Amino acid sequence: MSPARAVHADFPPYLYDAYRATVRRAPTHPLVEVPRTLSEITGPGPVVSAASDEDADLTLNGGTGVEAAGERIIVTGRVVDDGGKPVVDTLIEIWQANAAGRYRHRHDQHHAPIDANFIGFGRCLTDRNGVYRFTTIRPGAYPWQNHENAWRPAHVHFSLFGAGLPARLVTQMYFPGDPLMDLDPIFNSVPTAAARDRLIARYAHDVTQPSWALGFRFDIVLRGSEATPFESSEHEHAVQR
Amino acid sequence: MSRYAPTPPQTVGPFFHGGLLREGMNVMASADTLGERIRIEGQVLDGDGAPVTDAVVELWQANARGRYRHDADRRLVPEDPTFTGFGRCGTDDDGRYWFETIRPGIVPGPDGDQAPHINVAVLARGLLHHLSTRLYFEDGPGHEADPVLRRVPAERRGTVIAHRTGSGVPPTYRFDIVLQGPNETVFFDL
Repeated sequence: MSPARAVHADFPPYLYDAYRATVRRAPTHPLVEVPRTLSEITGPGPVVSAASDEDADLTLNGGTGVEAAGERIIVTGRVVDDGGKPVVDTLIEIWQANAAGRYRHRHDQHHAPIDANFIGFGRCLTDRNGVYRFTTIRPGAYPWQNHENAWRPAHVHFSLFGAGLPARLVTQMYFPGDPLMDLDPIFNSVPTAAARDRLIARYAHDVTQPSWALGFRFDIVLRGSEATPFESSEHEHAVQR
Repeated sequence: MSRYAPTPPQTVGPFFHGGLLREGMNVMASADTLGERIRIEGQVLDGDGAPVTDAVVELWQANARGRYRHDADRRLVPEDPTFTGFGRCGTDDDGRYWFETIRPGIVPGPDGDQAPHINVAVLARGLLHHLSTRLYFEDGPGHEADPVLRRVPAERRGTVIAHRTGSGVPPTYRFDIVLQGPNETVFFDL
């Protein structure tokens, strides 16, 4: 049986042996192609965005009144669809390890300090230009059990919805110059250097705030949801009226 | 046309709980929501039949009249202001998830109606890109004419059909998601 192939040539395959957890979780049947109906060209993006709270400062959102420890950074960027159109008012959820490389999570056993003032997650909406902005601290690298002496490069997890179901994206943002990226099977599961490069933030001196925080820019492109041509007769009537 | 290359996905990893899950996200219907209340429950399983204890299941569905709460659904079918159609649930230590929602109405397809269904996304450690499937109800109706089910080989259609369990209220449907193996769930290329 041929394993499931990725939905886009730049996307990682489901089965990637070097990342061991894929071996018993990757589907073995090819994905079944389907027409894009109303079910696919719609999606929860617009409605969940309308319901969100803004919580974009991870250095303070722990609620203790004390700032998180670590190197303060600003992560900003623009979200567009694959036609270049800004994705406005869309929810971005992020989560990350603290400055020492430790998550606030019951299954994280890494022997590194927890920061009582850092919960490690936040959310915000893109503005009318598709721009988002977080203040956070630079996450640390941390070890994992995938192979001997395995370390994840520093990264921030991102989750976005966009307009329709094909736009749904969960990914990870990496930092420029991190030597651990070359050794990381999750990063290297992305098949081309050009596509891997799109997961790396750029240092942005224009974003850096003097005497306060370093700036990084991470732009995101979501897949569009062009429909299989289809409109209901009710819609035709609605337009004619 | 695509002018910009899409940002590639990466796994959600094992530590997503604080970032993605909040209380009540799997209770999609309120007391005022129009429609028949149903419960959806199941397990996410790997190629060894072992529970996947670090997965997220997301649902997206039409309201009881078959209307999606989205601008791309331009039909003159009323929205239900009490119902977004979105739900999210993390799996527990047995790989189980559950939702309380309403039975979706009938949504049109390119060539006739689609059978009532719920769109399902699965994210997990070990999935480098999330998987997409659909949940159909064993009592249908309209499976034969459904434009998506018709694309699924007949011998695999059962993997996307949720089965009624017991006779309780609200009606409960079981929908296991098998990532790999002989009973592997059909996943779609959206």
